[in-house]
Amino acid sequence: MTRKLLAMVVLSAAVAIACQPALAHHGAAAYELDKTATVKGTVTKWIWSNPHCLLFVDATDDSGQVVHWILETQNPLSMSNMGWAGDSFKPGDQVTVRATPAKNGRPIGLVVDAVQANGHKLNARNIIVDEHPPTDTTPKQ
Amino acid sequence: MRTSWSIGKAVIVALLAAPLLHSQAAPPAPDENIPWVTGAEHPATVEDQWHRPFPTQAAEPQRPAPAPRHDIGGTWDPGPTRGIQIFGAAARPDDGNPAHEAPYTPAGLEMRNRTKPTGGPRSVLPGETNDPIMVGDPQGMPREELSELRVTQIVQYPEKVLVLYTYGRVWRVIWTDGRDFPKDPEPRWFGYSIGKWVDDTTLLVETRGVDERTWIDHSGRPHSADMVVKEWFHRVNQNLLELSLQIDDPKVYTKPWVALYKLPFDLRPPDYDVREMIFAPSDVNEYERLLASPVSNDGK
Repeated sequence: MTRKLLAMVVLSAAVAIACQPALAHHGAAAYELDKTATVKGTVTKWIWSNPHCLLFVDATDDSGQVVHWILETQNPLSMSNMGWAGDSFKPGDQVTVRATPAKNGRPIGLVVDAVQANGHKLNARNIIVDEHPPTDTTPKQ
Repeated sequence: MRTSWSIGKAVIVALLAAPLLHSQAAPPAPDENIPWVTGAEHPATVEDQWHRPFPTQAAEPQRPAPAPRHDIGGTWDPGPTRGIQIFGAAARPDDGNPAHEAPYTPAGLEMRNRTKPTGGPRSVLPGETNDPIMVGDPQGMPREELSELRVTQIVQYPEKVLVLYTYGRVWRVIWTDGRDFPKDPEPRWFGYSIGKWVDDTTLLVETRGVDERTWIDHSGRPHSADMVVKEWFHRVNQNLLELSLQIDDPKVYTKPWVALYKLPFDLRPPDYDVREMIFAPSDVNEYERLLASPVSNDGK
């Protein structure tokens, strides 16, 4: 099972510290930050709730077995600032989700982005470092 | 003659006091200016629950009105990501850079080594943390401003200032009626805060008496019961508020250190609706069961 899941994982070297996921509630230590899994399947549940939203997706692996993925995002407030909503998904929707997979090999992931049934792409992880310093850095003591 | 002498004394006192007041009016600059974390890829506008569009990043007006005197009231937005501070205090993140390490005393370092955070280079799995907020404790002060700082409403009265935070839907009071700190007070999660206007647009706030069980930030930095937190709320103009914050705790840190330096907040309109962000036990327990526990355990 674990090997089959790993077969679904696409290695990605593009994940740098400048785009760390902002899972402030519990951090991202449980995830393989240098990997990305692509999960294509059917939504079975969408929980829009604190501390993190959860998207449940049934996807078929290479051997034809259905894998029940649990994909987490940030909290509803942060997600709403990125255009997500409580009605973004409903059971039966076909979705394609890119996610950072769990280190322990379970079908759990941290969402990078998701393409909805209508083809609209929602970003979930877009934290970057602003190179511009604060407005005034001159000491005034 | 007597009047001239009195005026002269007043001038001397004012001259002697000027450097002190000036140094309090401006926050100390940090050793290094750390870039802000922002969300550049956020959509330009999203909708509130009434389906009214509002911008995710406030536009800077060409000619903002000057700051009103002694008034920091309003709904203030630090943007979607600047205040999150997943690596700890924004002006001194615990990001593995030795230069950003807080100046621990030996005792302070021992205290720090006992914390198991889920942010920063010492991150542990969700099931292994001893972060007090994971069992429902309040963030307290100053963590409320150094972790998950979001839209913040400030309500000002003649004798006090109320600060209403989004994260956890909590509030605190800053007394501005001239009172001093209580003697030997019982510890509080948010301590006791006293504010004084140090110039027309800067409220300097001191907080003492914070419960030792709280962490300073998300990276697990500790504090003692003797910690003194200083905040500078500086209204730059009508639409911009900057917050700086300094930690002073000789038992834990060898010198005061700057945790926030001029974090900018944009003024939101009075009809801006602040979303709820409450961690209801039923929601948290369900999340722990469905995800936090499975992702923390060996999957084999």
